Amino acid sequence: MITISGVSHSFGGVHALDGIDLEVGEHEFVAVIGRSGCGKSTLLRLVAGLLSPSAGEILVAGSPVTRPRGDVSVMFQRPALLPWRTVLANVLLPAEVLGLGDQRDRAHELLELAGLGGFEKRLPHELSGGMQQRVSLCRSLIQSPRVMLVDEPFSALDAITRTELSEELQRVQLARPRAVVFVTHSIDEAVLLADRIVVLSPRPGRIHRVVEVDLPRPRALGQVELDEVSRELRGLLATA
Amino acid sequence: MRAALPVLGLLAIIGLWWLATIVFGIEPLLVPSPADVVVSFLELPGYLLEQTLITLWEAVSGFALSIVIGVPLALLIVGSSVLERMFYPLLVALNAVPKVAIAPIVVVWFGFGISSKVLMVVLVCIFPIVISTASGMKSTPGELVELFRSLDATRTHEFFKLRLWHALPQIFVGLKVSITLAVIGAVIGEFVGADAGLGYVITVSGGSADTSLAFAAMALLAVISVALFYLLTWAERKLVPWSEEHRVL
Ligand SMILES: Nc1ncnc2c1ncn2[C@@H]1O[C@H](COP(=O)(O)OP(=O)(O)O)[C@@H](O)[C@H]1O
Ligand SMILES: [Mg+2]
Repeated sequence: MITISGVSHSFGGVHALDGIDLEVGEHEFVAVIGRSGCGKSTLLRLVAGLLSPSAGEILVAGSPVTRPRGDVSVMFQRPALLPWRTVLANVLLPAEVLGLGDQRDRAHELLELAGLGGFEKRLPHELSGGMQQRVSLCRSLIQSPRVMLVDEPFSALDAITRTELSEELQRVQLARPRAVVFVTHSIDEAVLLADRIVVLSPRPGRIHRVVEVDLPRPRALGQVELDEVSRELRGLLATA
Repeated sequence: MRAALPVLGLLAIIGLWWLATIVFGIEPLLVPSPADVVVSFLELPGYLLEQTLITLWEAVSGFALSIVIGVPLALLIVGSSVLERMFYPLLVALNAVPKVAIAPIVVVWFGFGISSKVLMVVLVCIFPIVISTASGMKSTPGELVELFRSLDATRTHEFFKLRLWHALPQIFVGLKVSITLAVIGAVIGEFVGADAGLGYVITVSGGSADTSLAFAAMALLAVISVALFYLLTWAERKLVPWSEEHRVL
């Protein structure tokens, strides 16, 4: 679904990414992990078409990425909800902007599944951080994306809420698998969710190693089988 | 209780004023007592209310016109850096010119009637509206702009579904500044050349040394300003329920 070949990117003098090659399958969940500043967000922006690479090429569903497209959704670190829109209207925003027609039934369904039934008419400031991020997740699903790009979505949340939301994301992916690129600096989240984990080394960002996570699903945080992979990743990150 | 406090403050000031006129034996010609002012009003209530409505109409229509012109102007300024560079300095210059100095020319051009007053109101109101709208739109958080970019949103979507909404709380700050200026603008226009309105009443009463009538007119001006201001505050609460602004106030 996503083909990244020989992609490098510099901001002026800052060499952020160097020679990235990566394939993401149609139903594959790929986590990208690495220290802050190693170019994870830049990689997502490139795939999203928000930036164009200084070198190399990115294909999504076989066509080169030149600008953002409707079948690719982006979920950000912060919920990025519009404070004047109700929860429901926030979820419907992509449908409006992309001209997808009336998606209200689908929005209600998504909110119900995310445990937000009954909150449709609330404004974002009336919700907790975790609930806001759930709304943001529903919003990124309303357009039925083929590709989901997720940038450290839970890093601003407390540990308990993080766990809940990671499990929520696992449920979403099991219910309807998509191509997902999930940026995180949490090893546990990566191991819980990913089919493959890409470890980036910093300055400039290069692929240090790719780790397959061949464990049955659903997985649960704290499960002993995950520990071995976590340990391996911790070692890799230390040498990255 | 909270609603009663401003009234209490007002009564205290009126009481002190009254006391001062008695204790210091101030000539009613210089400073009339509150009673004199009320008497003045009661002598000509119909006339004074009519003048009040004229000034009110000038202020409100000028204010409305400022919104109708100012908001699109801000959209243009934010939308195009070329237009911004062309017209922003001009706007600042226009605002820097003392409006009192422009007023006589405006009256010469537009006559003694209402249109010269409305134009004066627009001249004082438009700047805060343009500035607050433009700066509100420009201060849209990067993450929200990026969200719209990621949806491949058009400029129209970005402006009307994002930036303008984000600017609304700040627009209201500008509107609240403007609405008090609006009354001042109308009165300046009336001072310079008019045959009606509260500013005209004040000029005339000055000529005939009827200080308490001038005070009555000023009191009516204050009433209009305060009423318009709180009307806007009320509208803001209704229209911008997500704003932090009135949670602080
Ligand atoms: N818009 C930008 N302009 C200049 N430099 C940038 C910009 N965005 C990111 N960078 C630089 O590129 C590098 C990678 O950034 P980023 O992709 O945000 O890292 P990460 O998401 O892994 O923390 C950093 O050194 C950062 O300072
Ligand atoms: Mg980042």
